[in-house]
Amino acid sequence: MSDVTLSGVSRWYGNVVAVNDVTMTLGPGVTGLLGPNGAGKTTVLHMMAGFLAPSRGTVTIDGEPTWRNPSVYRRLGLVSEREAVHDFLTAKEFLLVSARLHRLPDPEAAAQRALELVEMTSAQDRRIGTYSKGMRQRTRVAAALVHDPQVLLLDEPFNGMDPRQRLHMMELLHRLGTAGRTILFSSHILEEVEQVSGTVQVIVAGRLAASGDYRAIRRLMSNRPHVFAIHSTDDRRLAVALMGQASVTGVEIERTGLTVRAGDYGSFTRALPKIALAEGIRVRQLLPSDESLESVFSYLVEA
Amino acid sequence: MVPQTIAWITARGLFGRRRFLLLIPLPLLVVGLAVLSRAFGVAPENWAQPVLVGLGLAVVLPVIALIVGTGVLGSEIDDGTIVHILTKPLPRWQIVLPKLVVATAVTTVTVSISLYVAGVLAHSVRLGLGLALAGLVGSLAYSALFLALSLVTRRPVLLGLVYVLVWEGLLGNFVSGTRVLSIQQYVLTIADKVAPTGLLQSKVSLPVAIIMSAVFAVGFTLLAIDRLRSFSVAGETS
Repeated sequence: MSDVTLSGVSRWYGNVVAVNDVTMTLGPGVTGLLGPNGAGKTTVLHMMAGFLAPSRGTVTIDGEPTWRNPSVYRRLGLVSEREAVHDFLTAKEFLLVSARLHRLPDPEAAAQRALELVEMTSAQDRRIGTYSKGMRQRTRVAAALVHDPQVLLLDEPFNGMDPRQRLHMMELLHRLGTAGRTILFSSHILEEVEQVSGTVQVIVAGRLAASGDYRAIRRLMSNRPHVFAIHSTDDRRLAVALMGQASVTGVEIERTGLTVRAGDYGSFTRALPKIALAEGIRVRQLLPSDESLESVFSYLVEA
Repeated sequence: MVPQTIAWITARGLFGRRRFLLLIPLPLLVVGLAVLSRAFGVAPENWAQPVLVGLGLAVVLPVIALIVGTGVLGSEIDDGTIVHILTKPLPRWQIVLPKLVVATAVTTVTVSISLYVAGVLAHSVRLGLGLALAGLVGSLAYSALFLALSLVTRRPVLLGLVYVLVWEGLLGNFVSGTRVLSIQQYVLTIADKVAPTGLLQSKVSLPVAIIMSAVFAVGFTLLAIDRLRSFSVAGETS
């Protein structure tokens, strides 16, 4: 059982603040690091993995700093986002190299075990250069697991995987988490996170925006006000009818149509067709206008 | 087992890349010119200096060392595979030293054989051995320099070329003080003192050559180890 702790961690590049005063503790189990692209997820992961010095604050694994301290790699495995692998090696050779560099007592057995874990034994004697993206990814995960680390960090591990491989990887992470390993993976896709992990750390613009059980965060996200653009045969009459709805918090009438703000996504989208039908109005267009992940995240930051 | 593994993967990476082929023509050129000069009966006084020093020690040795020295670590940094080596619980000197050994060995073998052959053709076996030994010392000093360069700059090849062409090649001819910091001059001196033939003109003393070669080799190796300890991977926002 290992803990990864960030306390008061900031990281800046010149004038640009990439990570701003983040404090978090990761314990055993699977944690998702969620945030839009460019939010600072990779920077956080790199600091945890000892590949970047925090400009301020400390990053430790079981109390030991990760920066300039190679001995943490006894307990830590990293799957970085960059998919570079030594293309000229076979998966078997690559795993053997990893096992030997970890000074494992039986490198052959450790390599074999890790390859079995990611189901890469059938292709293990082919050069990595000939692999698909998903196979490379699994090989890299195997290499990160060869020494059976207590902590596993993965940067966007599901990128480039097909649905079956994705499912398999999710099961693997889940299994490792249940076995008491501390797993952190980053993603910008909410659905990925909720399928694998019970806890999430949401990071937006370098700040920790939310942290804890994903269901609570999910609720926060679905209860936020939603904005829809509506165009119908009679906008004004529809606006009057919509204002009578409890789920609607505001309506604007513009020349191009209506902009409707709804407090609850579900009840508004259920109510709209009924109202239109009752009033005899035909809805020509209904567009949710702020469904981008960034707007969801920025709402979380404000909340 | 760790040093062998690092050396093995380094050598595989080096020979697996296409730029390895760049190592072949230059030494052949040295041998070819020596053979031709000999075959046409040109007096060694007329061709030894330009072929052995002008081409061999001043161009072939540093250029090969540059290709190999920046290849053993720099190319792994470029393509990101270095992360796989660094996420191991190894003191960083255990990564740097095997790589330095591979770079020095490959450079020495490539350069010293051609220098030896050309030296024998120009004068004697003794000159050949002197040049081969000089090739070994030069390979070590240049490799340490270029290996460290690949950790301190993102453009190690460019900076290495500036050192070889501008510092050693250009300034070395006009500003005598720069010779004290020129691997080329140390190498020339070592070859000349081992085999005093009159064909090579050394400009620094032997103690300076030996001590400064050691300073280059040890100093840049220590620098490389320290820089590798603080190796950073740039984040997405950088």
